[in-house]
Amino acid sequence: MDFSIASILLLDGVTNGAIYALLGLATVLVFTVTRVIFIPQGEFVAYGALTLAMLQTGKTPGTVWLLLILAGVASLMELVERWRHHGKPLRALRSALKTLVFPVIVSLAAIWAAPHMFPLWVQALLSVAIVTAFGPLVYRVAYQSLEAATPLVLLIVSVGVHFAMTGLGLLFFGAEGFRNPPFWDERFSLGPVTLSGQTVIIFGVSLALIVLLWLYFERSLRGKALRATAVNRTGARLMGISSHTSGQLTFLMAALIGALSGLLIGPTTTVFYDSGFLIGLKGFVAAVIGGLASYPGALVGALFVGIVESFGAFWASAFKEVIVFTLILPILLVRSLRSGHSDEEH
Amino acid sequence: MNKQKLSIWLLAAAVPLIALAPLPDFWIAQLNYIGLYALVCLGLVLLTGVGGLTSFGQAAFVGIGAYTTAWLTLNTGMSPWLTLFVGLGLTAASALIVGFITLRMSGHYLPLATIAWGLALYYLMGNLDALGKYDGLLGLKSLSVGSIDIGQGRLFFVLTWTILIAGAVALLNLLDSRPGRAIRSLKGGSQMAEAMGISTFRYKVTIFVIAALFASVAGWLLAHFQRTVNPSAFGLKMGIEYLFMAVIGGVGHVWGAIVGAALIKLLDDYLQVALPALIGTSGSYEVIVFGVAMVLVLKYLPDGLWSVVARKLPKAPRSVDWLSAPELPARSKPAAGDVVLKVDKIRKEFGGLVAVNDISFDIGAGQIVGLIGPNGAGKSTTFNLITGVLSKTSGQVLFRGEDISALPSRDISRQGMARTFQHVKMIPDMTVLENVALGAYTRGNSGVVSSMLRTNQAEEQRMMKEAQRQLERIGMGAYMHEQAGNLAMGPQRLMEIARALCCDPALLLLDEPAAGLRHKEKQGLIQVLRQLQGEGMSILLVEHDMDLVMDVCDHLVVMEFGTLLTRGTPAEVQANPAVRAAYLGTEH
Repeated sequence: MDFSIASILLLDGVTNGAIYALLGLATVLVFTVTRVIFIPQGEFVAYGALTLAMLQTGKTPGTVWLLLILAGVASLMELVERWRHHGKPLRALRSALKTLVFPVIVSLAAIWAAPHMFPLWVQALLSVAIVTAFGPLVYRVAYQSLEAATPLVLLIVSVGVHFAMTGLGLLFFGAEGFRNPPFWDERFSLGPVTLSGQTVIIFGVSLALIVLLWLYFERSLRGKALRATAVNRTGARLMGISSHTSGQLTFLMAALIGALSGLLIGPTTTVFYDSGFLIGLKGFVAAVIGGLASYPGALVGALFVGIVESFGAFWASAFKEVIVFTLILPILLVRSLRSGHSDEEH
Repeated sequence: MNKQKLSIWLLAAAVPLIALAPLPDFWIAQLNYIGLYALVCLGLVLLTGVGGLTSFGQAAFVGIGAYTTAWLTLNTGMSPWLTLFVGLGLTAASALIVGFITLRMSGHYLPLATIAWGLALYYLMGNLDALGKYDGLLGLKSLSVGSIDIGQGRLFFVLTWTILIAGAVALLNLLDSRPGRAIRSLKGGSQMAEAMGISTFRYKVTIFVIAALFASVAGWLLAHFQRTVNPSAFGLKMGIEYLFMAVIGGVGHVWGAIVGAALIKLLDDYLQVALPALIGTSGSYEVIVFGVAMVLVLKYLPDGLWSVVARKLPKAPRSVDWLSAPELPARSKPAAGDVVLKVDKIRKEFGGLVAVNDISFDIGAGQIVGLIGPNGAGKSTTFNLITGVLSKTSGQVLFRGEDISALPSRDISRQGMARTFQHVKMIPDMTVLENVALGAYTRGNSGVVSSMLRTNQAEEQRMMKEAQRQLERIGMGAYMHEQAGNLAMGPQRLMEIARALCCDPALLLLDEPAAGLRHKEKQGLIQVLRQLQGEGMSILLVEHDMDLVMDVCDHLVVMEFGTLLTRGTPAEVQANPAVRAAYLGTEH
């Protein structure tokens, strides 16, 4: 291996690492606020990329129908539970309708826009909106009534949701894979390395998103409310921060990050309905490097995972996944030795 | 127990009958698969249902068992009866590594590690030339004894289900034993278990390895039954499905494993045909149904289908077979006048906060010492420092002349110091007797294997006898067969005292034993304490009920804001103006 190959691999690794970083951040975010280990994070990636791919062909993406069904289920659950809980049918109906508003508007917009073949960036925006709308609904339907459950039960639920979302992905997108057009065709030469426009976009968007997230959590009241929930749920509730709202908001952000990652990765690789899982899990390994609690830790971990993966692919391409996923064992060993004793409930 | 024994015999008797029955071969094959899957799920019952840990990587352990025997029998011509043990060895080694790495940390790291590790192993199996890459290994021999082929059809059915039933019996035996009670205590957090002298880490690793071994045996059987192995049967999807089977069947019940395995296998076969026909294209759509079913079951029936059946079944009380058993050996007790506990300037800092500030006091043999003070004075922290639950910033604790300052709580418990908890910690689904017997853990030494084989009965009877004796000692004999979770607060606290007594302690530490007790129950408690004192027991008491404290204590230690306010007899303390000020405030 010479310098030029190494630098190409490094660039490749850092590019993928940037996407893993986003997913790792989403994983940390969801875990700290809701204690859900969100295995289906990767499904949002696949949904995002494939929704855009469907829009590119001028068809209404299957996600729209799925979104409408899910919104229907969620609003029905909202209606029944609120009614039972408060006994006020009108208030229950209002909150049920509120659940429906955003998904329905986005779906109608998508149905209308699909055959018009709008420019790429409009379709991209629409895809992000559709997939983002899934976030709160998934939380509402699968997790909300289990808020008090142990992380272990929530993890098993996550795996159930992952199964369902993968299967539904197959149902609505089919088994065929898609590769999206790049958002920017430009190419730059930097010595031995060629930097594609898409790579620049990946870096730019990842960086922007990280900065935005930081601003949100440091500077906005809502962000601080989420942080409060992450530290102490009961305390946050006593301060009037609803754990339902926090959970839904967190999942909204997770879905948004997932959808954006899907758009970013779509032009660099062929995405199938089940591709998200592996991509998401690599973000996951990154998050575990950060102990599922540290954002900078997840960021560093993600770049590390990306680089290991690209060099692993060069030296032993068949064993690339083996290398990446076995990596988690030494990492956990280090964490285990450092923590010394088991974390205990108090 | 009788009911369980009966059902085992029934099932065992059914196996040869089914094998002889004129069932179509297809159904025998289905039953073979169900038996294999149920064997994997049995491991998950122990790991997840009883131990509260989860693994998505059981399929990977099945894979290790299957690939080991496949490769060895094909390449070295070894007998499958030997490769079984090689597979078990490899499985145990890998489970030990994964377990050692992850089980010191909080509960969700194990499932995460098993996901990653299951994926890694899948890709490894799929890419190694020696293992035939994704095509796998073909042409395995069927299992045989002499010249009889027992690896197919009805004979294989008998083999598989015999192993399955033997596994279930071993598991039931294990759960009703000294190590079994330790395993059942894992789910409630490690504090109580450690205080009973149990190494929770060791048991977590143990059950993870046992679960992996069950899977490995299933893999060995599967390889020789299918006569081919390929990675797809050992991937993460299958690992998740095993967990589904266990959860849907009822992960807390041994029979739930079989019910779940049968249900998912049959449903899987049905859906794999029905759904593509309904939708019009091929694909594994059944995962949608499984995923949704999983969420629904966890929401509405978290204990699985078998729990519905289990609730209907009558519970026979344990038969009392220990009356003639010899008593457990007792440790030597301190003589009158000995100092049992010497606390010397112990200190605990949480960051800048000094929660316990250089507290010192002694407890003599047969003395009842009360540790009192207003809320937030640091009493419970002091308690936890003495019992080794928290580590001290500085200071020394001598117990019967030995320095126990650096010991973890389970070793301190082994030295003869037993405690109760401010919030009762028990195993609600065990009987009072079994809960109390948990206290005798350090006084026995039967292990997992002897418990599974039920060669531990002599020791088990001695433990039960001791548990009954301690219950009767504090007047709880009538509650012996009651389920602990059904008890009212008062009896629960008494049960904790009986459990502590079962450790054969020289010093008893009671953390607010009267909290939540009614007047009558408090009177009873006072009597129990006096009686214990009369028998020479030393007691350290943290308590808010001043009537009780003043009544039973010989000596009081008063704390305020982490520091020692005063010490003395109840009368001296009551007369002390500083104590009055601390509790009631000062007049201006």
